[in-house]
Amino acid sequence: MRLSAYNLRCVRGGCQVFDNLRFALESGEALVVTGPNGAGKSSLLRLIGGLVRIDGGTLTLEGGDAERSIGEQAHYLGHLDALKPSLTARENLLFWVQFLGGGSLDTADALEQVGLAGLADLPAGYLSAGQRRRLSIARLLSVPRPIWLLDEPTAPLDAAARDDVAALMQAHLTGGGIVVVATHAPLGLVGARELRLGAARAIAA
Amino acid sequence: MPLIDLANPSRFLAFAERALPWLAALTAALLAIGLYLALFVAPDDYQQGATVKIMFLHVPFAWLSMMCWGLMSVAGLGTLVWRHPLADVTAKAAAPIGAAFTFLCLLTGSLWGRPMWGTYWVWDARLTSVLVLFLMYLGLLALWRAVDDPSRAARAAAILTIVGAINIPIIKFSVDWWNTLHQSASVLRLGGPAIDPTILRPLLVMALAMTLLFATLLVGAMRNEILRRRVRALRLMQARAA
Amino acid sequence: MSAFTAMLARDVRLATRAGGGALMGVLFFFIVVTLMPFALGPDLALLQRIGPAVLWLGALLANLLALDRLLAVDHEDGSLDLILNAPLPLELTLVAKAAAHWLTTGVPLVVAAPLLGLMLNLEPASTAAVALTLLAGTPALTCIGLIGAALLVALRRGGLLLPILILPLTVPVLIFGVSACNAAIVGPMPFGTPFTILCALTLVSLVVGPFAAAAALRHAME
Repeated sequence: MRLSAYNLRCVRGGCQVFDNLRFALESGEALVVTGPNGAGKSSLLRLIGGLVRIDGGTLTLEGGDAERSIGEQAHYLGHLDALKPSLTARENLLFWVQFLGGGSLDTADALEQVGLAGLADLPAGYLSAGQRRRLSIARLLSVPRPIWLLDEPTAPLDAAARDDVAALMQAHLTGGGIVVVATHAPLGLVGARELRLGAARAIAA
Repeated sequence: MPLIDLANPSRFLAFAERALPWLAALTAALLAIGLYLALFVAPDDYQQGATVKIMFLHVPFAWLSMMCWGLMSVAGLGTLVWRHPLADVTAKAAAPIGAAFTFLCLLTGSLWGRPMWGTYWVWDARLTSVLVLFLMYLGLLALWRAVDDPSRAARAAAILTIVGAINIPIIKFSVDWWNTLHQSASVLRLGGPAIDPTILRPLLVMALAMTLLFATLLVGAMRNEILRRRVRALRLMQARAA
Repeated sequence: MSAFTAMLARDVRLATRAGGGALMGVLFFFIVVTLMPFALGPDLALLQRIGPAVLWLGALLANLLALDRLLAVDHEDGSLDLILNAPLPLELTLVAKAAAHWLTTGVPLVVAAPLLGLMLNLEPASTAAVALTLLAGTPALTCIGLIGAALLVALRRGGLLLPILILPLTVPVLIFGVSACNAAIVGPMPFGTPFTILCALTLVSLVVGPFAAAAALRHAME
């Protein structure tokens, strides 16, 4: 599997966020996107996930499922955790597994892996920011999709939890997945490549 | 100049600068002829007297209020299908003009109704359909005003306009069904118009003059909108450069 | 469980749990209808005559209440990003959400209508007509409102804009809903004529609503 971007361009709200962006990722490779605030890290992840329109250039996935868009083969984990506070942790996870389809891992196992097994029946509203983030990551584990797009995945987590998440990402890579992660903090991923984005520019209409 | 060239905003600006004086002059001339024909040549109605002459304004306004929604729907397709910036500009510039024409249609209708029905407003089927159309225009204007980002607003407004275009015949049908007291349509009738030529001719001239007035206002408003967007882009650049 | 029923079940569950809006609509309906006699006077003959119209107007406004949040909550917590990239077509997801809204808002209105009809001195036949027309008409209101909800999410605006955009589009549903009730009570035309047209309007909005709403959400992406 190979995810390649050629001369990608992104314009949001009349501002050019980036242009001529190129990268290619094979199975098992990670791309760490860094840069100052407003450089377009989030935009790039949303663009790969099909949530922002591509204004120029091409983005292709070779060796994926031709029937589905790249966004449908990617997990997007942004700043928002897509959890409903009135549903329990297990209900939240179960809903996404049923709705997104193709769950291979038991939800109990996924909750176990992110260390939330004891809190499965607690409403998500009672969980802390770090616990909610781990619950979102459980979604990535239970619904198999080859590409992970992670926007500051470790921001609300403590040091120990950060290492756990980095280990889960490493496991996904070892299993032949692709990870694109925007981060300020070093994650210590083996063989990760870095993409540094500069500041955005305004363009005349 | 081929029409496709106008699709470029800069070319359109150049075209607008050259065309506007001509359009304005032609509109003024036709309006003068139309008003002369309507006021001095067309006979008074044997029942309604001189008040029938409001019709020469009322009917063109009614036509244009619907034509404007049609134009915005076509522009909306241009926005959604081709993502064309000039289509956004057309739809945005047309909305307030269409709303104004619809309002004038209601106003003239109500002034006409005072001597005819003895009251400024009756819940007559056609007036009511136009009233609902006016409410839809106001909703559309509210939508345009609610959002700062023009292309985002354009796509939402395009969808609302097209949904509205599907709804307008249904609303018309429902309101007619609800109340069929008014006289039936008489100009666009199968087998030729039923109106006397002495009234029809000034009416058609006035309709043409009003359409030209609409076109003049639209081209002017589009020019302003393009300039407004350039100002917005320059301000954004200034903010980024600081 | 399929993706469609998963979405339907989740939205019903969210609406009926604490913090959900399932009974808000019917409560609002109850209050609006209760206010009417204070404005019109307790004349039972008058209330009987305009009762179907009062019930329809109340239901129309009550149905709007929860629509504002129908898609906004999913946008605010990031769920919409995942919904857009799900294998289930967006149109069908929206049908599931509209169905959940109808089950938790529209159906309670239909159930409450006979009770309120009793208070407005309606005959059993006209009460049945109101309930039946509401049953046929509220899905149309939900689907038309779905378009408004999607537009507001696309614009990141909420609140008052929704009724302004949506209410003019509901005029035909209101006309035929109330006409069918009146036809059942006083005639002269048979109940079936306006009622069939009302059902046709519902079918049209069932098609147009989800498609237009899905288009609005897709085009909201920059």
